[in-house]
Amino acid sequence: MIHSFKMNDMYGVIDTNSGLVHIVDEIIYDLLNEESYKSEKMLKNIYLKYGQDITDEAVSEINYLIENKMLYTEETVVGNKIKPAIKAMCLNMAHDCNLKCEYCFASQGDFKGEKSLMSFEVGKKAFDFLVKSSEKRVNLEVDFFGGEPLMNFDVIKQLVEYGRSLEKPYNKNFRFTITTNGVLLDDEKIDYINENMSNVVLSLDGRKSTNDRMRKTVNDKGSYDVIVKNFQNLIEKRGDKEYHARGTFTAYNLDFSEDIKHMRELGFKNISVEPVVAKPEEKYALLDEHVEQLKQEYEELAKFYVEARKDSNKEFNFFHFNIDLEGGPCVYKRSIGCGAGTEYVAVTPEGDYYPCHQFVGEKEFIIGNVDEGVTEVEVVNKFKDVSVNDKPTCNKCWAKYFCSGGCHANAYNFNKDFKIPYEVGCELQKKRVECSIMIKSKLEN
Amino acid sequence: MIHIKTLNKTKLTDNVNVKGCGECQTSCQSACKTSCTVGNQKCENK
Ligand code: SF4
Ligand code: SF4
Repeated sequence: MIHSFKMNDMYGVIDTNSGLVHIVDEIIYDLLNEESYKSEKMLKNIYLKYGQDITDEAVSEINYLIENKMLYTEETVVGNKIKPAIKAMCLNMAHDCNLKCEYCFASQGDFKGEKSLMSFEVGKKAFDFLVKSSEKRVNLEVDFFGGEPLMNFDVIKQLVEYGRSLEKPYNKNFRFTITTNGVLLDDEKIDYINENMSNVVLSLDGRKSTNDRMRKTVNDKGSYDVIVKNFQNLIEKRGDKEYHARGTFTAYNLDFSEDIKHMRELGFKNISVEPVVAKPEEKYALLDEHVEQLKQEYEELAKFYVEARKDSNKEFNFFHFNIDLEGGPCVYKRSIGCGAGTEYVAVTPEGDYYPCHQFVGEKEFIIGNVDEGVTEVEVVNKFKDVSVNDKPTCNKCWAKYFCSGGCHANAYNFNKDFKIPYEVGCELQKKRVECSIMIKSKLEN
Repeated sequence: MIHIKTLNKTKLTDNVNVKGCGECQTSCQSACKTSCTVGNQKCENK
């Protein structure tokens, strides 16, 4: 399977099964279009357009790639070598929040339940479980999440200390991250985070108007003025350590590239702005009718990005335009999907385990708890046979090894079926892959 | 090659025997938390 596309005066060809990406000229693009290079009738038109010598030369280059398994490569079925082992955890430190963002899947922090904070005891049991269930895996990922995790800061500190104490005896490496709305960030917390968290995710949606429309304080005021200066303080002190200013775009800001540019102007250099995960009936959900505009928006952003990357005063990283063509994950990893429920769980303050943070509060998805471990095998099994090649749409999709099958929560929200991906998500994913390749090729020149 | 420039050298099918350790980041954690992209992640096993 191949996919060819044109963007910003560049022709790209992706060979799905080998993962190779070729930048080609117009004649190759024409020859690959509907496999014209194979058809005498179609070749005639190409001879007319480019002349026989050049056409023959181009066809021989195509044949060379095919012979060397670089184009139209057959699928190598690799099987599931990575044995499922839970090694990543989202700790919902607080089912409470000091903002009430309209699109919050946590229903303004309480996940449709009582407001509550995670106790050290619950967190500790969760870590013990993580150490055990991860078996031989060394790297463990723990994200302090919420609601708003800083509402439970003291317990976070205790848990980090506890996690560190487990590293040597069990040969583990904890990578702590935190996702915060910024309201409670003061110097003390900032210094702690900068010292202890390998990544910090700062929730900000971009322009003041965009941010304040969705991210409101409990008194219905916008949050922008408070959080931006706190975030700026944090990144100023953070040095080279990883962070992401992380926004969400919805049907209300289809021109989200403006939000990204604004975040760059505010000084943020690592930016991740993503489509909202929402049920289709929500007013802000992204639907089929938005796709064309959103794709255009990505393309404009990608062109802007190429120029920005050439100038050290303007450059920034956009999370979804980073594609690692050489050092990326292996084909096993690319096949298995996001890991929800099999490698990754979310833990509530009460100690329930869910397959991922997006399912928290939907009680039929509880898979276990800190006292008994994973008990609901049937629920977990739903998350097992959903690798890219298990899903008919993904199996045929050229982007499958860049995407790995999309978000299960989205598939479930829109189609009530883990095997049918959320189409809007797919369209945007594919566009982002094309954009990333265009960017790579332009920056290599 | 005059008409084709290949951006990457390694194929997905290279070294499949030594790959698959499962040490790399779980897709959705950390930077994004709403979508699962693997193409932009790092392999921990090199
Ligand atoms: S989720 Fe969509 S974009 Fe991703 S592999 Fe499946 S069909 Fe392709
Ligand atoms: S289901 Fe979606 S939100 Fe949950 S871990 Fe997978 S990609 Fe992430």
